[in-house]
Amino acid sequence: MSNEYILETRGLTKEFKGFVAVSDVNLKVRRGSIHALIGPNGAGKTTVFNLLTKFLQPTTGSIFYNGTDITEDRPAQVARRGIIRSFQISAVFPHLTVLENVRIGLQRKLGTSFHFWKSQKSLEQLNGRAMELLEAVDLASFAGTMTVELPYGRKRALEIATTLALDPELMLLDEPTQGMGHEDVGRVVGLIKKVAADRTVLMVEHNLNVVADLSHVITVLQHGSVLAEGPYEEVSKNPQVLEAYVGAAHD
Amino acid sequence: MSRTALGFILLIIAGVVAPWLNIYPTFLMKGWCFALFACAFNLLLGYTGLLSFGHAAFFGAASYITGHALKVWGLPPEIGLLAGTVFAGVLGYLFGSLAIRRAGIYFAMITLALAQMLYFVWLQMKFTGGEDGLQGVPRGMMFGVIDLTNNVNLYYVVFAIFLFGFFMIYRTIHSPFGQVLKSIRENEPRSISLGYDVAKYKLLAFVISATLSGLAGATKTVVFQLASLTDAHWHMSGEVVLMTLLGGMGTVFGPVVGAFVIVTLQNELADKVGSWVQVIMGFIFVICVLAFRRGIVGELMALFRNLYQRPVGLSARQADVKDTKA
Repeated sequence: MSNEYILETRGLTKEFKGFVAVSDVNLKVRRGSIHALIGPNGAGKTTVFNLLTKFLQPTTGSIFYNGTDITEDRPAQVARRGIIRSFQISAVFPHLTVLENVRIGLQRKLGTSFHFWKSQKSLEQLNGRAMELLEAVDLASFAGTMTVELPYGRKRALEIATTLALDPELMLLDEPTQGMGHEDVGRVVGLIKKVAADRTVLMVEHNLNVVADLSHVITVLQHGSVLAEGPYEEVSKNPQVLEAYVGAAHD
Repeated sequence: MSRTALGFILLIIAGVVAPWLNIYPTFLMKGWCFALFACAFNLLLGYTGLLSFGHAAFFGAASYITGHALKVWGLPPEIGLLAGTVFAGVLGYLFGSLAIRRAGIYFAMITLALAQMLYFVWLQMKFTGGEDGLQGVPRGMMFGVIDLTNNVNLYYVVFAIFLFGFFMIYRTIHSPFGQVLKSIRENEPRSISLGYDVAKYKLLAFVISATLSGLAGATKTVVFQLASLTDAHWHMSGEVVLMTLLGGMGTVFGPVVGAFVIVTLQNELADKVGSWVQVIMGFIFVICVLAFRRGIVGELMALFRNLYQRPVGLSARQADVKDTKA
């Protein structure tokens, strides 16, 4: 069973001073799939992400990754196990160059990240791999650019390249197309398809076209609980889901 | 990078030539001590994004330990300096371990509180001489051959210590470790999500910064032959913030410039306007924060960038516009 599912939660619950943000969520993410987490605003999607990556500690419940209980891990430990997350607002390092951004993802493996006496020239051996990653997201020509100067869509692409630098088994993407123009959405969707070819992706996404296009399985959250789960065709016809979305639209 | 090399060369020339330009050597030595202190502080504020408001603790502690080691134990100056520096490093580990558990204003407040506690410890303890401080600290013979009572010798030893510390900081900033520090400064949650235990990195940065602040304080004791409560007072913590901001935080040379500007102002104005010097410094601080936040060196660098490098930034954007249209 631990082979079929890469990530599993059991009774995952998070309370904030009496307010239940996430309630008894049992999530199973199939290895190799693109799994989308959707739901109206305030449904608890981002909180689930923060729990899975241990940026928040669950009140009760447990999280299993490849069959191992990771509920007590620290966030950096979770990352080192191979679960790499993105953030709602593009998470780049603005005052480093585009190349340096990707190298931050690569350099930990060298085991010299505490070596304050070593020249950073020692990191140049990573440049080849970094350029490959930048090429994969169409950013090679920006390698020397200060990241703060990139347009938003490009920053998201850079974020994905940095995430890929860690060769994660499981990528958690928090609203990867949020705040993007049409062309950028197309670019990022293509990119996600490409990177998901040999890894698992769990994503929170508002854009239902993107969800329909990309995901194999969809979990709908409402008020912190799972409302429905299944492929897009099935979930999109579920009357409860329709009501939740229409209801939310009228709010 | 060649601009940095040029900066280094100019700095070394300035340091070597300065005592022959009829500038009061004690003033220069004070400048180098504070320049090192500000550079060490800048490693935290400018490159890790941590605002410590208790750095006087390390400066002052090293000052007392070195003073005591030289005066009471009669140790040679190199060992005395080392003792103060190592003590500051250990203290940095202790203070840092507590403070880095919190971020932002809480981090600043914990460092301030710890430094104030230590200040009152020094005030109470017998060996520090209380309000009088440790006076008449002997300078002695460095490595048994360099007579530090000679002002020229002392000057070059102080300048060499500064260069050593300055280079250590430069190297730290431009190391694999420094890259991780910058990533923490830029976006801490992202660094965590890439697998870095940011607390450990912050702690090491804190210890390096405290150690070199200690080296600055220890050297200052040898120069002035005095260790006093002033070195450990929170005013000193504030002064180093001012020097760093004024010169340009997050720049390699900014804190050196900032330190010399402040030390010069203090020297020039103290006998002319008395306590008003504090008012003037406060005024400078306000102007600096309101009008030129990048500091002297930061603003100059931005100016040069605008003059020479603007086309590069533009072409990057234009390329992207073309790209998305295609």
